[in-house]
Amino acid sequence: MSLLIKGGRVIDPANGIDEIMDIFADGGKIAEVGRDIEKAADRTINAEGKWVMPGLIDLHVHFREPGYERKETIRTGSRAAAMGGFTTVCCMPNTNPVTDNDIVVEFIKLKAERAGIVNVLPIGSLTKGMEGEVLSDIGRMASAGVCALSEDGKSVLNAALMKNAMRYASMFDLPVFDHCEDPSLTGKGQMNAGAQAAYMGLAGISNDSEEVIVARDMILAESTKTPIHLCHISTKGSVTLIRQAKERGVRVTAEATPHHFTLCDEDIRDYDANYKMAPPLRSREDREAIRLALKDGTIGVISTDHAPHHVDEKNCEFQKALNGIIGLETSFCLAHTELVLGGYLTPSQLVEKMSTNPGRILHNGKGTLSAGADADITIADPNEQYTIDVDDMVSKAKNTPFGGREVKGRILYTIVGGEIVVDGGKLIKK
Amino acid sequence: MLKRKDLLGLRDLGRDEIIEILDTAKEMKKKIDNPALRDCTLGKSSIITLFYENSTRTRMSFMLAGSYLGGIVQDLGVAASSVSKGESLIDTGLNLDKMGVRFMIMRHQMTGAAAVLARNVNASVINAGDGTNEHPTQALLDMYTIRDYLGGFEGLKVVILGDISHSRVARSNAFGLVKLGAEVTLAGPSTLVSGSMKSLGVNVTSDIKGALADADVVMGLRVQFERQKNMPFPNTREYSTLYGINSSMLNYAKKDALVMHPGPVNRGVEFASDIIDGPNSVINIQVKNGVAVRMAILKLLYEAGASTDR
Repeated sequence: MSLLIKGGRVIDPANGIDEIMDIFADGGKIAEVGRDIEKAADRTINAEGKWVMPGLIDLHVHFREPGYERKETIRTGSRAAAMGGFTTVCCMPNTNPVTDNDIVVEFIKLKAERAGIVNVLPIGSLTKGMEGEVLSDIGRMASAGVCALSEDGKSVLNAALMKNAMRYASMFDLPVFDHCEDPSLTGKGQMNAGAQAAYMGLAGISNDSEEVIVARDMILAESTKTPIHLCHISTKGSVTLIRQAKERGVRVTAEATPHHFTLCDEDIRDYDANYKMAPPLRSREDREAIRLALKDGTIGVISTDHAPHHVDEKNCEFQKALNGIIGLETSFCLAHTELVLGGYLTPSQLVEKMSTNPGRILHNGKGTLSAGADADITIADPNEQYTIDVDDMVSKAKNTPFGGREVKGRILYTIVGGEIVVDGGKLIKK
Repeated sequence: MLKRKDLLGLRDLGRDEIIEILDTAKEMKKKIDNPALRDCTLGKSSIITLFYENSTRTRMSFMLAGSYLGGIVQDLGVAASSVSKGESLIDTGLNLDKMGVRFMIMRHQMTGAAAVLARNVNASVINAGDGTNEHPTQALLDMYTIRDYLGGFEGLKVVILGDISHSRVARSNAFGLVKLGAEVTLAGPSTLVSGSMKSLGVNVTSDIKGALADADVVMGLRVQFERQKNMPFPNTREYSTLYGINSSMLNYAKKDALVMHPGPVNRGVEFASDIIDGPNSVINIQVKNGVAVRMAILKLLYEAGASTDR
């Protein structure tokens, strides 16, 4: 099938492009990007007034399969991804069983092939069972096709083991995605420490719980000369540490989530657990530091940490509720509204954070509209204004605090390997 | 008039609502000593106490308060109920609702649990302590006692001492007393009192003598050993040396300062025994006032419900 996208604002930072152009795709690949392409195509999309971007890439999602299918599955999660404009997503290994061996990796790949509608890439755990004691079958998982390694929701607390994991991973050229949290400092904390926690009577989680591991693991990256990617950075102090490390040449990249650049702890209301996540929503000052870090490039990636949970796991005591919110279907509109319209990012920088840079970290040829690349393309209307409606979401889970929020920017087309999976804002495959 | 379904905390209560509860409690108190005055104010309403945490005073005080006003009072023995089989709080509440329960009085180890229950059931929920959040009836009985002895709150210097960071009593008192014009100081070791509490409009200090200077009220809090994982002080001996109140420490406060404690007391830790049993102590009076305050709350919530045609 061939596809011609006419007259859109093509934004492809990898090639320094931000201008009105056409794109011709054929056989699942980008064939040509240029002005006034006149070619016969099976399908022509008029993209005038729209943004045409390399398919969005999310380095950090939870599709819960195998093990927690009542929260989400690869089928439902990949549909949520498509609706959010994502053509590639990376699934964290906190499945049941844990993705710590090639058999689980093969299972996820099989499910993705059968039921997925976007590129679903498994991430393997760093240690067996995510227990922080012995390394997972990293080499075998590399052969089976993991895109990265991560201990997901925890840090490997034994520094020597973390150091070994980083060195071992580098042998297979696998990026390491690092959740930074010292649980002894988190303690029983339920939300950001500070005035709002004091007001609500919830135990606080101080910024240092994140920062001590950010510092430690950047030191390890430096000593081992390996790269490290820091997940969902949430504090001003972490931003400062990352900036300093980058200046001295540490190979560190970092991501921020839409909820951490959109909300802060003052937004938490009525013990509503849809505002509960790890790391927690931080202070107003931290939020501003995250936005500025995105602006100056200290944080180069936006990831959702899409964390679906069943309603029963959220409609309960705040302390009992599980951490995390869904994010795939609201990531682009929030990033566009808060960061581009908010004056922090240019459209091109936004695409960099949501496609180009994550593609570079995965180094799999994604995140660009270069001729010859996979025809993963996302088209959005930056001007469409609407209210987020949780009932419209296709994720199996509904745990989000963003219902009812006014945003601007809607995904209209998601094209994966030349195939249209979201067409005019509607899911093609049910 | 108190116009609300639930009583979850002093954070949400207005100044007038607090005064109304205290005024009503004054009437109610007569029923404690004179059984002839006990009546059927609550019209045989069902009252269930649900205590997910242990309690002597609060639970018994609520049960008696309900009985003195003609309620049908039952305790859901949480340990022996389906809660131990893993039934959720919301499901437990919905079941009790269907049995015709008019009041659910709950103590729970998690902050916000009372709020979660309240928004899921028709019954009136009274918070008898939730996590490290609030213990509104304790603060109201403390305020009743303070007003009874000292006549009011405006300009009073109230010092709350001890394990502030784990204390729902300190928080509820802070919310209530600040609203009524008292000057509240929270004092304790730096590991047990957080500077972020200042945002509640109180003073925060680790200087115990400075805090006690000219205090009208000295309220001690129990050190909650069961809530400590990483001990915030070396041992109880050191704690009582530095932060325990004995008669020489009490000299820093006003001569007639009220000595209060929500109980249970660790004798010799936060207060020396001669302070607990001494002339300034109103600790046992507080307990009596607790029954009166709880009667008042039941009565007012019952009337609020009747007037809004539940």
